[in-house]
Amino acid sequence: MTDVDSNAIIRMFHVNKRYGAKFALHDLTLDIHKNEYLFITGPSGAGKTTLLKLLYLGQPLTEGQILVDGINISRINRNGIPLLRRKFGIIFQDYKLIPTKSVYENVALVLEAAGRKPRLIEKKVRSVLRTVGMEDRMKSLPLSLSGGEQQRVAVARAVVGDPKIILADEPTGSLDRESAGIIMAYLDEFHSRGATVVLATHDKELIKKSDARVVQLRDGGLSSGPPL
Amino acid sequence: MKRFYHRAIKDILENRFLTAVTVITIALSIMIAAAFALFFINAGDILNLWQKGIRMMVYLKPGTSEAGRLDTKYKLQNISSVQAARFISSQEAMEKLKGQMAHHAALLDNLNENPLPDAFELSLQPSAQKSAELSFLAERIAALGTVAEVEYGQQWINRFTGIINLFRLAGYGIGALFFMATVFIVANTIRLVLYSRRDEIEIMRLVGATDRFIRIPFYLQGMIQGGAGTLIGLVVLFGGYFSLTSQFDQGLSGDFISLRFFTPLASAGIVAGGTCVGWLGSWVSLKQFMKT
Repeated sequence: MTDVDSNAIIRMFHVNKRYGAKFALHDLTLDIHKNEYLFITGPSGAGKTTLLKLLYLGQPLTEGQILVDGINISRINRNGIPLLRRKFGIIFQDYKLIPTKSVYENVALVLEAAGRKPRLIEKKVRSVLRTVGMEDRMKSLPLSLSGGEQQRVAVARAVVGDPKIILADEPTGSLDRESAGIIMAYLDEFHSRGATVVLATHDKELIKKSDARVVQLRDGGLSSGPPL
Repeated sequence: MKRFYHRAIKDILENRFLTAVTVITIALSIMIAAAFALFFINAGDILNLWQKGIRMMVYLKPGTSEAGRLDTKYKLQNISSVQAARFISSQEAMEKLKGQMAHHAALLDNLNENPLPDAFELSLQPSAQKSAELSFLAERIAALGTVAEVEYGQQWINRFTGIINLFRLAGYGIGALFFMATVFIVANTIRLVLYSRRDEIEIMRLVGATDRFIRIPFYLQGMIQGGAGTLIGLVVLFGGYFSLTSQFDQGLSGDFISLRFFTPLASAGIVAGGTCVGWLGSWVSLKQFMKT
């Protein structure tokens, strides 16, 4: 392994991910620092989503090592995966809300799964829904909401457990400019509260508006070429 | 735990038709299996009742002397399984027969000699009233030199016991089949629910839900289905039993044979068993599903 970086919350060492014979990620080494705001960009198929999935063990890595908050995730057994995932708040392009559960229930699920007490759950969920401007819609079902509103609920769900790291996979990919701006503003706010934000996107406009570090992937590896 | 129950009940209500079919099928399975069990219990009771009333008749050889008769009585009374031995002379037997034949007793008046032998009527200790014990005792008594024949309705008891045993074996087979069928039905119901909710389960996993958190509501669902199905099956069976015994009591056999249902404790045990079978069905389904 390489030198110790006490400020890194995520460390990736020579990570390979193969699907059959094809490399999705190839010899990737990357540090992400505490409270950093990092964009991961690159063309479709560059490995952005795969990178995020490896972090929360949505996919097993093929080779290499990944440390998340000091834990080597390749050594985590099945029972340890939920605890790893509670370190993350994950936002997906397709929201991944449960259609049969209300806005409140979708957000509360994270805290219920973590075994929090009902009173605390209610307090936290209301608070976070208020922050994203969805408190008045908390009894609604996700399918009755617009795309922007659904993504705000997804942001609320991602942050309700006070995760150390927020992973966002194309969070504005399905949204119009105005809704995208709102989501980015919420992510900025949670970043300012201390969370590390790792955002995968190929939206150049979003990146241009930010002074955050940008990591570019191309064909599964870090690209030193010009920005896309 | 309350929230797990809440989720289980919500799932049941959202899948009403599927749950209803499962509960009805479990109820039918339990009803048939429990009906068999009830039959065995009552048939066993009847057999025991009859066996308790068994008297063994020991017929003496013609021409047995007074001394031989007394010696035989002494030997019979010394057998530990024999409670009492009452001598019935051939004359007494004839009088009894005439009494039983009532209007046709005149037929017996024309006999030149009494064809009935002297006999001993033995009442037996309760421990000797089992079929195998009876057979052994009869053989032992028949070996006495003065004894011509021993009778105790052996063939009839053996045949009845044989039928009971056959039914018992069939009952075990049917019970095992229904047990497997019930597990299979619950497992499939839960599997259908799991597949219909696989996206939801995947999302739950992504937000850090443990397998336990995901499994428990499904276990509860299986247990509720198993318990409810069993309870319904027993209630319907009790209805059938009640209507049968009402008719039975009005008939001739009411005084002799008293049919009984499962005790409250046994009923509770059956419902608990059904609940466990429901849990087992869920467990089977989840074991396969959660691997994926």
